[in-house]
Amino acid sequence: MIDLTQLTPMISAVKNQRSASRLIMRLCITLAVLLALWQSLIIIFDLPSFILPTPLAVMTKLVQRYEILLYHSWITSQEIVLGIVLGLSLGMMFALQMLLFKPVKRWLLPVLIASQAVPVFAIAPVLMLWLDYGIASKVAMAAIIIFFPVTTCCYDGLRNTPKGFLDLAQTMQASRWQRLKHIQLPAALPALASGIRVAVVIAPIGAVAGEWVGSSAGLGYLMLQTNARMMIDEMFAALLVLSLLSVALYFITDYLLKKLIPWDL
Amino acid sequence: MSNADISIALNNIALQYPLAAAPILEAFSMDITANQWTCLLGRSGSGKTTLLRYLAGLLDDKINCQGELNISDGQPLAGRIAYMAQQDLLLPWLSVGNNVCLSYRLSGESVTPAVLQKARRLLRQVGLSDQFDALPQTLSGGMRQRVALARTLMQDKPLVLMDEPFSALDAVTRHKLQTLAFELLKNKTVVLITHDPQEAVRLADSLYILKGNPAKAESIALPKGPPLRALSPENAQVQQQIFKVLEVDYD
Repeated sequence: MIDLTQLTPMISAVKNQRSASRLIMRLCITLAVLLALWQSLIIIFDLPSFILPTPLAVMTKLVQRYEILLYHSWITSQEIVLGIVLGLSLGMMFALQMLLFKPVKRWLLPVLIASQAVPVFAIAPVLMLWLDYGIASKVAMAAIIIFFPVTTCCYDGLRNTPKGFLDLAQTMQASRWQRLKHIQLPAALPALASGIRVAVVIAPIGAVAGEWVGSSAGLGYLMLQTNARMMIDEMFAALLVLSLLSVALYFITDYLLKKLIPWDL
Repeated sequence: MSNADISIALNNIALQYPLAAAPILEAFSMDITANQWTCLLGRSGSGKTTLLRYLAGLLDDKINCQGELNISDGQPLAGRIAYMAQQDLLLPWLSVGNNVCLSYRLSGESVTPAVLQKARRLLRQVGLSDQFDALPQTLSGGMRQRVALARTLMQDKPLVLMDEPFSALDAVTRHKLQTLAFELLKNKTVVLITHDPQEAVRLADSLYILKGNPAKAESIALPKGPPLRALSPENAQVQQQIFKVLEVDYD
């Protein structure tokens, strides 16, 4: 008799391959449709190239100016990634403090809400003033903009440990630290993961907004400069790179999170 | 902490939340005999889970507890109980083997090769020797509850508190798991909460029904013969009698 259980990995491998090829096909079709729409908009409304350049013109710029684009992408990527790292660490630290020390929560919660109530764009000039026009002020922007979603997701996750797990820990006489380390923290990870997914989507907004307010490098800076010089095709090329960067960041993060935190509560 | 056999006498226990109109338990007395299975039956809301949580030390601090809890060796129960709930409470981020060793991690003891060896032996006893590295999500409900049983055995505590651990399982799995649990927990003091009269009659050395409001423990005479009783006319009669007592309470 054939042992069917041995077939399961093979079947799932085939399925994975098939779903991967389907995903690529879907992506290609979506891309083709978007490009077609773009081109037809230009044709139908007879748009001049300084309003909306053709896809071909943008692609040409992408190739011609790839060194410039690469340089500015590198700067913006650094800002985004460092901002995410900083915002995540701060958010997790905040959430932990609120969980562990009840009085701290009473003091920190208003700060947390205030950090969300003040528009990040409004404090950008202040950040430029304090942190200079370099990368630091953009990192701070990205960190501030993701701070709130990360903290709330992490705190919710820490607070909503399934009661049964805590009961079990108590009957096993776990200390507060053991309980936190072995039960509450891992149980909070799926909630933190959704916070991280939100964070990687909005962190680029913070970084680029920072570049708009004042900078000497980065994709946001490049877009401002090219716009002012009516190099619209290059501006679109920068925009395209920025979008690809954000999308890639999201999918890579999502893939990693699914790999590292495969459970659900 | 002594790990000797424990018997417990509950004497005039009263449990009440500060703002609640009526107590959950009042003037409640019953005996839990060492190295035997004591089964508690009762309608939902009769206070049987509260009673178990009281013994497990899981009630929150606000609740008012009065009465005497006499433990045979005079030592507190904390640290000498193992708890098994209706849900298996397996941690999804740990492998089956690490779930079995959970009590070691939680008390800060290191998981030595000897501990792992013991975990493997217990998993073999519950028939899951090849699942040591599997994640709980990949197991069926019955298998998961068997892992929970192995985790309970790993704790090796004299008092085992079980809150309907078999109730979410299908009939055949439940029957098999009852047998397994009974055999493996032979020299422990076990308190089992159940809503299934058949399960109670099958497993109990002594059987109580929580009856009335606030509930009193009414002892039910069991058929002769040691537990793991097979279905017989005599046992069926006792089951029938239990149903009668419970039905009065449900109305």
